[in-house]
Amino acid sequence: MNTAVLTREQREAKLEGMGCKRKRVEDIRFTQGKGNYIDDLKLPGMLFGDFVRSQYAHARIKRIDSSKAKQVPGVLAVLTAEELKGVNLAWMPTLAGDVQMVLADGKVLFQNQEIAFVVAEDRYAAADGVEAVEVEYEELPVIVDPFKSMAADAPVLREDLAGKSSGAHGARKHHNHIFEWTVGDKAATDAAFANAEVTIKELISYHRTHPSPLETCQCVASFDKIKGELTVYGTFQAPHVIRTVAALISKIPEHKIHVISPDIGGGFGNKVGAYPGYICAIVASIVTGKPVKWVEDRIENLTTTSFARDYHMTTEIAASKDGKVTGLRVHVLADHGGFDACADPSKFPAGFFAIVTGSYDFPVAHVAVDGVYTNKAPGGVAYRCSLRVTEAAYAIERGMDILAQKLGMDPAELRLKNFIKREQFPYQSALGWEYDSGDYHTAMNKALEAVGYQALRAEQAAKREAFKRGETREIMGIGLCFFTEIVGAGPSKNCDVLGLAMFDSCEIRVHPTGSAVARMGSKSQGQGHETTYAQIIASEIGIPADDIAVEEGNTDTAPYGIGTFGSRSTPVAGAAIAMACRKIRNKAQMIAAYLLEVHESDLEWDVDGFRVKGLPEKFKGMKEIVWAAYHSPPPGMEPGLEAVSYYDPPNMTYPFGAYICVMDIDVDTGVYQVRRFYALDDCGTRINPMIIEGQVHGGLTEAFAIAMGQEIRYDEIGNVVGGSFMDFFLPTAVETPKWETDHTVTPSPHHPIGAKGVGESPNVGGVPAFSNAVNDAFSFLGTRHIQMPHDYWRNWTVANQLGLHD
Amino acid sequence: MTKSQVRMHVNGRAVEALVEPRTLLIHFLREHLNLTGAHIGCDTTHCGACTVDLDGKSVKSCTMFAIQAEGATIATIEGMANADGSLSALQEGFRMEHGLQCGFCTPGMIMRAHRLLKENPNPSEEEIRFGISGNLCRCTGYQNIVKAIEYAAAKLRDTPQKEAAE
Repeated sequence: MNTAVLTREQREAKLEGMGCKRKRVEDIRFTQGKGNYIDDLKLPGMLFGDFVRSQYAHARIKRIDSSKAKQVPGVLAVLTAEELKGVNLAWMPTLAGDVQMVLADGKVLFQNQEIAFVVAEDRYAAADGVEAVEVEYEELPVIVDPFKSMAADAPVLREDLAGKSSGAHGARKHHNHIFEWTVGDKAATDAAFANAEVTIKELISYHRTHPSPLETCQCVASFDKIKGELTVYGTFQAPHVIRTVAALISKIPEHKIHVISPDIGGGFGNKVGAYPGYICAIVASIVTGKPVKWVEDRIENLTTTSFARDYHMTTEIAASKDGKVTGLRVHVLADHGGFDACADPSKFPAGFFAIVTGSYDFPVAHVAVDGVYTNKAPGGVAYRCSLRVTEAAYAIERGMDILAQKLGMDPAELRLKNFIKREQFPYQSALGWEYDSGDYHTAMNKALEAVGYQALRAEQAAKREAFKRGETREIMGIGLCFFTEIVGAGPSKNCDVLGLAMFDSCEIRVHPTGSAVARMGSKSQGQGHETTYAQIIASEIGIPADDIAVEEGNTDTAPYGIGTFGSRSTPVAGAAIAMACRKIRNKAQMIAAYLLEVHESDLEWDVDGFRVKGLPEKFKGMKEIVWAAYHSPPPGMEPGLEAVSYYDPPNMTYPFGAYICVMDIDVDTGVYQVRRFYALDDCGTRINPMIIEGQVHGGLTEAFAIAMGQEIRYDEIGNVVGGSFMDFFLPTAVETPKWETDHTVTPSPHHPIGAKGVGESPNVGGVPAFSNAVNDAFSFLGTRHIQMPHDYWRNWTVANQLGLHD
Repeated sequence: MTKSQVRMHVNGRAVEALVEPRTLLIHFLREHLNLTGAHIGCDTTHCGACTVDLDGKSVKSCTMFAIQAEGATIATIEGMANADGSLSALQEGFRMEHGLQCGFCTPGMIMRAHRLLKENPNPSEEEIRFGISGNLCRCTGYQNIVKAIEYAAAKLRDTPQKEAAE
C-alpha cells in the first residue's frame, strides 16, 4: 500500500469503517428487483402446501373428511394430525417449554388454527383442495378475556395438560394457568408501600398486536431420500436454531439438515419461532419426495404465526411527597393464547420484563407475572423489542406520568429527580440487572432544550385556559419518555434457548490478495448487516469495507449462531466480529514483525497496517501482510489468515433515549395531529449513522402504529376482528409523522467496540411517548389513564365520556 | 381447467402464454415470466408490493387477472435500470437516501414513484406522501423514501433523458 501519498484521514476514509455513512451493499440488488426471497425460489417439481384452518376459536373436531379434496385435480396429499402421529409430529415443542399442536389433534384452541395441510401441484390447486376438505366441529365455550381464564368454572382449554400441576416454569395454580414468575424483594417492597407518603396504582394494559413484516412467514422444504438429507429454505431469523429444532423433532441427524435463510422481507420478531407450516412442509416433502413450498397469506400471518404483547400490568409506585420514588410493585397478567410459544430465553418466561424499574433509582421493587391460556393465537414474540422490554418500558413510563400528575409535578422534573446518576454506573437494579453505562441527565436535558420544553408547557397552559373559555376545541399533549432497554441476550450464565447458550459467532477468512469473507451466526432482515459488519471489520483489520463480503443464513457455511432478534446482532454478533478481527490482527502483527525484522512489541497498529514505534517510515500494510501469510509465513507459523470467534457476552447492553412527542387532538372528532416527534438515542458507539437513523425512523413508525391504532382484537367468541390490512393499522406515508433524530454517545464498557444496539429502541421508547402525549392532553380534564391504542374513535369516546360533547 | 392465451409486452419484450383464466397477473409475472421483483405482501390490495406500471398507470398486479392484461404494455422493476445497466435516478435515489431496508416493498415503491414523477416531475413533499400512500413500508417510516423520490425528481429534471423509457 502506498501510504506515503495518502494522509491518515484519507487512509481511514478509504476503509469506510465505523462511524461512516456507508451506502448499503444490499441496495444494488434490492433496487433492481434482484433480491432473493423465499417465494422467489423455484425448485424442480416443487409442490405447494396450504392449510385448512379452524373457523372456531374453541371446538372439538368431530370429523375431518379429506376424500373430496383428494379428488381435486392437482391435489396429491392431505395431512392431518393422524398422519403426523405416524411420524410423531402431531405436536411440537415450543421455545417456552410447552408443546403446540402442529395440526389439530382432537380440538382447536384458536381461530384459524391449522387443521389439515393440503399438498398440490400449484398454489391454486392447493387452495381448491383446502375448500374441499370437510370438517365437523362441536363448539366449546370460549375464553378471550385473560381476566376470566382462571375463574373456577372456566372451561379447560388444554386437556393434554390435565392433572399436571406444574409446567416448564414451576407450579400451575389453575387448569388455564401456565406459570407464575416473580423477581425482587417482596417483603421490602411491601414495607416501602406501607410506609409511603404517596402511592399510585393503575392497570396499564399493552394490547395484543402483531409484527406483520411485509413478507409473511414462508419456507421450502426439500428432502432427498437417497442421501437422507433435508434442506429447508425459510424466513428464519434464527437459522441454526431452526436446524437444531428440526434435528430434535425429526430425528434426522443435524449434519444432514441444511437450513438456508435467504433475503428476508422484514422480521420484527415474527420469524424467530417454529411454526406448523414449517413442520408440515418438511413432512410433506418426506411423504411426496418432492420439494414443498409453504407461503402464508396475510390473514394467516396476522391471525396465527405469533402475536406480540397482550400484557396487563397492574403498576404501583411508592414515593415521597417531594417526588422521590421509594418502591415499585408490578403484577402482570400475561395472555399467552392457546399454547405457550413465547420466544424468550428458557429461564425468563416473562422475558426481560424485570427492566421495568426503567431509568430510575428504585431502592426496592417486586414483580410477579402470571401467564394464562386463552383461545387466542400462540406466540408472544418480541415485536421489534428485546423480550418483553417494550411492555416494561410502557408500564414504568406511564406510571411515572401518573405519579407526576398525582404529585402535581412536571413529568420531566420527576424523571430528572429520580434518574440513576452517571456516577452510579455500573448500576445494580433492584430487580437484579447490572446496567452497563448511562448518562441520563445529559440526554434528558439535551432533549428538553432541543424541543424548547418550557415554552411548550407555557403554550399548553395557555391553550388549556383557552379551551376552558370555549375559544378552542383542540387540546395539546406533550408526551415524554425516557427509556432504558436491555438487549444483547445474552450471557450464558443466565440466557439459553432450548439449552443453547445465547452466544453468537463470526468467522473471517482473509484471502491472499487482501479481500475477505465474513460468515455470521446472525441473520439480517433488513438491518443492513452486509454493510455495517464490513465496516467493523474494516476498522479493526484495515481492509476496505468494499473488499469484504458478509455472508449470513447458510447453516452449512456459517458458524453456529443464535440469530437476529432482541437487538442482539450488534451487541453479540458485532462483538464476535471484533474478537475474530483481533485474532487476525494479532497474527498479522507477528507476520509484520517478521517482515520488518523487529519484535512484535515494537509495532503499533496504524489504520491499515503496523508501524515500528518511533520509526514512521517502517510500515507494513495489511495487503502485504496478508500476502505474506499465504506466501512466506514466518518459520514455524501456520500459513493462512483466518479466525473464528464465538462470543459469550459478559453482560447485556443498556441503550437508552429521551423521546418527546407533541400532539394536538380535536375533542369533537378525536382526530390527532403529531406536531413534532423528537427522538434522542444513545446506543453507544455508532457504526453507521445513516443506518441508525433509518432504524430509528422505522421503529418510531411502528411505535406510532401500535400506540395509535394497531391491534389484534377478538370478539367475545374468539373471532379475530381486523385480521387483514383492511383493518390492521399500518400507517401510510400520509399518516406517518416526521421524525427528528438526535443522539448522545455513552459507549458500553464491556463491549469490544462499545456498541449497544439500536434497532428496537424507537419502538420501546416511542409507544410510551405517544401514549403519554394523549394522556397528557386529556389529563387537565380529569383523566388519569387512557388505554391504548389511541385511535380517532377512542379519542372521541374519551371526550364523549368526559361530557365534552354535551 | 381450460387455459386462455395471453399476449402482452413486458419490459419491452413481447410475451405470449397459456394460463388459467384465474391466474393473477402477479403470479403470471413471478411464476411464468420469472420476474420476481414484484412481491406479494397482503392479498387485499393494500400494501402495493406488487405494483407494476401497466399502460401508463400504476397497477397492483395482485388484483388483476393475467388475461385482463391482454395486449397491455407492462414495466416491472426489472426493466427500470438504465440501458447501460447503471441504476436509474430512482434506484440511485433510494440507495443514496437510504430509502429501503428489507427491500421487500422497494420494487413496488419504485414503480409507483416512477409513474408519480411522470405525472408530476416536481412534486412537493405532501404530494409525494399522498402519491405513495398506496404502498406500505414496514421498515423506513417513509421519511427517506420521500427524500429518495425528491433526489430522483431533482436528477431527472436536470437530465430527463436518463430515466428508463416507459
